[in-house]
Amino acid sequence: MMRRVRAAAWTVLSTLLLTVPAMAFQPPTGQEQFVPAKSLPQTEQMPAGPLLLTAYAFIWVAVAFYVWTIWRRLNKVEQEMRALAQKTSRR
Amino acid sequence: MRKLFVPVLIVVAAMLAYSPFMIAGADYESSMGIISKILYFHAPSGMVMLLSAMVCGIASAIYLWRKSPGADRLAIAAAELTALFGLIVIVTGPMWAKKAWGIWWDWEPRLTMSFVGWLISLSYLFVRKYAGPGSDKLGAALAVFGSVNVPFIYVSVNIWRTLHPKTTVVPTLPPGMRGPFWFSALTLFLLYLLLLNARLHLERQRTALDELYLAEEDRS
Repeated sequence: MMRRVRAAAWTVLSTLLLTVPAMAFQPPTGQEQFVPAKSLPQTEQMPAGPLLLTAYAFIWVAVAFYVWTIWRRLNKVEQEMRALAQKTSRR
Repeated sequence: MRKLFVPVLIVVAAMLAYSPFMIAGADYESSMGIISKILYFHAPSGMVMLLSAMVCGIASAIYLWRKSPGADRLAIAAAELTALFGLIVIVTGPMWAKKAWGIWWDWEPRLTMSFVGWLISLSYLFVRKYAGPGSDKLGAALAVFGSVNVPFIYVSVNIWRTLHPKTTVVPTLPPGMRGPFWFSALTLFLLYLLLLNARLHLERQRTALDELYLAEEDRS
């Protein structure tokens, strides 16, 4: 009988000892309702500077890429013209 | 124009290098802050895009009417540049809109019509590349419709209620913003002329190559 009481007491005690820290590490309860806000704090607002720089850099990259494509296409055509001229002169 | 190409190239390169300093020193718009500085290259790019679409449309109409190969070459060159400057407008605009309006895009008249104008220029280029025989006339007709869209893009902000600023903004810019704006506009316009000239040269060389192939075929 005493052994059973002691076992029950140990079970209750160990359950309590494990439950308290387990409860302490539980995540906070889920949000029950959303609270609207008219403005964001300064730290959370999207910075305008990087957007401006990205926009400006995009123009440079787009124009540079386009110039490169013209140069590449022109080189190809002129190479073909030279090859054709050589072929003709050999005859 | 060939003699002017190198001097204009040097001037444009100097203006492009100086423009960030001029824009950095320009005034901010009071409600938008630093993001308002996108104005100095977004709006001029839009102006160049519309100009290029008009050049493409008029050259295409001349080609349809007179069958002038020179007009066709000009139309192709202008269509590519409409697509390039249109892309710049469509990419830089949403970056400004996100800060100013809180959204990247809105299907309001100015934005939608600009997007359609850009798609027409892309359609023209796809037709010219993949439609095969007769694509020159089909493309030219498409370009004429594209140029008809241009005045509507311009006045859309005055006719309909839109988020986009009205056409009165640019003529009424205060002195602290006017100088940098027109400097940027002139820079992009000269850049446009340079690129148009380079692209026309490519098209002329392609025509010369085609003629060489035809002559070669006749000989053999």
